[in-house]
Amino acid sequence: MASVKTIARRSFLIGSSAIAGGVAFGVYSYKKPLPNPLETGLQAGEAALTPFVKIDKNGVTLITPRADKGQGAYSIQAYLLAEELDVDPTQVRLSPGVPSPTYYNSTVMNEGMPGMGHVIGRLMGLQITGGSSTVPDMYERLRRAGAVARETLKRTAAKEFNVSIADLTTEDSHVILPDARRIPYTALASKAAKVKPAEASVLRDPKTWRYLGKDILRTDIVAKSTGRQVYGIDLEFDNMFYATVRANPGIGGGVKSYDAQAARDMRGVLDILPVKNGIAVVADNTWRAFKAAEAINIEWGVPPYPINSDAIWSEMYAHIAPEFQNIQRLNAGDVSTIDGVNKADSLAVEYRTPFLAHAPMEPMNAVVMIQDKRCDIWTGTQIPRFVQSHVAKQTGLKNKDVHIHVQAMGGSFGRRLELTYVLQAVEIAQSMPNVPVKLIWSREEDMTHDYPRPATIAKGRGAVKDGKITHFDLGIVGASLTHSGMSRLASPLPGPDPTLTTGADDQPYAIENYRVTGYRAPENVPISSWRSVGASQNGFYHECLFDELVALAGADPLEERLRLCTDAVTRKILEKAGEVTNWSSRTLGPNRGRGLALTQSFGVSVAQIIDITQTMQGIKIDKVHIITDVGRILDPVNLEAQLTGGAIWGLGHAINCELTYENYAAQQTNYHEHAGMRLYQTPEIEVTVLENSPHILGAGEPAVPPAAPALANAIFAATGQRLREMPFQKYIDFV
Amino acid sequence: MELSVNGQGYTLDVEDDMPLLWVLRDELKIKGPKYGCGIAQCGACTVHVDGMAVRSCSIRVKSVKGAQITTIEGLGSPKALHAVQAAWIEKQVAQCGYCQAGHIMAASAFLDMNPDPTDADIDQALSANLCRCGTYPRIRAAVHLAASKLREG
Repeated sequence: MASVKTIARRSFLIGSSAIAGGVAFGVYSYKKPLPNPLETGLQAGEAALTPFVKIDKNGVTLITPRADKGQGAYSIQAYLLAEELDVDPTQVRLSPGVPSPTYYNSTVMNEGMPGMGHVIGRLMGLQITGGSSTVPDMYERLRRAGAVARETLKRTAAKEFNVSIADLTTEDSHVILPDARRIPYTALASKAAKVKPAEASVLRDPKTWRYLGKDILRTDIVAKSTGRQVYGIDLEFDNMFYATVRANPGIGGGVKSYDAQAARDMRGVLDILPVKNGIAVVADNTWRAFKAAEAINIEWGVPPYPINSDAIWSEMYAHIAPEFQNIQRLNAGDVSTIDGVNKADSLAVEYRTPFLAHAPMEPMNAVVMIQDKRCDIWTGTQIPRFVQSHVAKQTGLKNKDVHIHVQAMGGSFGRRLELTYVLQAVEIAQSMPNVPVKLIWSREEDMTHDYPRPATIAKGRGAVKDGKITHFDLGIVGASLTHSGMSRLASPLPGPDPTLTTGADDQPYAIENYRVTGYRAPENVPISSWRSVGASQNGFYHECLFDELVALAGADPLEERLRLCTDAVTRKILEKAGEVTNWSSRTLGPNRGRGLALTQSFGVSVAQIIDITQTMQGIKIDKVHIITDVGRILDPVNLEAQLTGGAIWGLGHAINCELTYENYAAQQTNYHEHAGMRLYQTPEIEVTVLENSPHILGAGEPAVPPAAPALANAIFAATGQRLREMPFQKYIDFV
Repeated sequence: MELSVNGQGYTLDVEDDMPLLWVLRDELKIKGPKYGCGIAQCGACTVHVDGMAVRSCSIRVKSVKGAQITTIEGLGSPKALHAVQAAWIEKQVAQCGYCQAGHIMAASAFLDMNPDPTDADIDQALSANLCRCGTYPRIRAAVHLAASKLREG
């Protein structure tokens, strides 16, 4: 595995200047304490005991800097703090805080640079939400912050009431004195601000936890069940204008000319102006802006990529060739010996996965107000510090004068790792200073201006002997999503892109001759990270090829995985999967089939076993078993939600969705053509989670990759038909 | 134009063909009904018009003059929950939550007509409401729970 280290080192050196976008090494040396952003602008009587806890006379505010896209990040961050701080997370204020290097993410970088994420994340102050990293990144940090704040409050009370700190306890936002008097944290805040913060505290034994590990209530569940949750799209300010944009659906093609005369005369239209790649309409109502935007005649320019899907596929296919090799982290044994294997014991196949939109339910939006020397932005984003620096550059303001107010998000799935919509809103606001402007994309704009999951192609071959898999060789070709995304966020990273092969070349098996190679095709349509990133396609390729070889060998899919498995945690998952599905003894009956897939991504192995029935009307998914291990379970209710949601995401898109291109534009413009899964297709899902892993891991993404191959393998088991290209509904009906 | 929303009367000067959704959101500042698709494909904008679940993005405001319009805000409140909202909280259905007001409005209208539905009934009634986070198994469970709450009164 020397090649992994080489890649890591290279990416590290390149990344240090590129990702940072100007933040050089040495500015924040690794050991140097990071600033507490809450100390800026602190009012009298307020105490910012750590960067994560602020207390004033009105109450406690917990800072939850990882963004909530629906995955429950605010809630789990609050509970991690509360477990040590002794507050009720449903009764205190939560705030995402301000963008700050202090809120760096040390875990998210680990996927591409194993073992180095902490150093890089901290050095560069990367405040990113993504990569299923919130829980692993914050597990220790937030409990420690809660403990430091609690001990500082106790230290303050001990001084104030002249008692021994050892005689103090805390409960529900109060310090309890030896005589049972209850002193509210709020009453101690102003004094606590002057007390030297307590040093590292001993964290509580998980056996004594009151919240974590229990069936806790999400902090936002009441608001979200009563229509009271405010999203970015809901914000209202006095004298606010409503705007929308129609940009070239051939992304990057720009506007050749436009005629907005009819639109200008429409009711409520206040302004029409060109913005990058399109035309914006400002009105006194969103619908009036939408209508006026539709009434503009626009002649689009030609974007720098092929005209349609056929041309994109052809160009990509031509790049599965040695000269386009980009990454090869796995090359065990000698796969070339496959040439000596007789035909009956070997196979060669091809797979494809399409472009897919993120299409979160809340379309992209942002409210921006620009005043003299200040820009305020209210939006849902996973990358607040990138937004800040890009807006500073666009407006000529200093970073510190760009104020980002991160909003709760109606979904993201990776969509809000991009910032086009914010920059458009800033462009509009620049033309009308001192007025808040809310930009909302129509659904059609959202679908046709996504940076989708990349389409990729894989060629697989393999061989078997004596009922066992002996050769496994997978070549995957696609454009580099890391290059595409980083080109927009900072500057492109040369060198290998691990997302080309992750999910296929890092699986816990020891096959005798085992190789996975990534080939890089030119970037055509600009692409980005989509829930589970590279593993969403590569898990499909790996697990389908594995299943085909198992069938060729006449082996058992579970037994063969167990034979080859190199990881103790994964082995237990597989054994459990066999147990909960009664794998070895159950017979399913006629027209039924069972498929198994397991993918390890973001450090988490997830097995899925799917049972289907072939009915007269089509395939019916009867049941999905999800078996995994995330280390210690912190929030069982939401963990189940993330795992089932991930499987539904994987299945819905595998069955139903693709983005295709014609005349440079995505052809699927709304949910009638790209919905994902709907209720009637949703199977019964049973989740089993083990706690053998020594690591605390995140579960937002890892349940996605095994869903599609488990379904494809089940369909083969029931029908004998191999589905090697998504969406499956192109080849077989579903009910 | 006169409009009645959540028991309150409003007088408005808007185009006859403005969709009810944008009257509610941008003119009356009632934000519970959400914009998701604009073409009645996702149901995030669902409200009740005289007790019937309606896609407010695709109904002209003119056609609901004189009707009783109810949004998620009028169905119940955190302090006085409707049975469907209580079930949604108990089952912790919401993830991003953006579609849930629409789901809850669709489910409550559906349960008025079918107080003891099967899974198949629920699938048929609610499949036009889209959830991208994948909360469907809990939606089914919450509808059953709400049904039992409503039957018990």
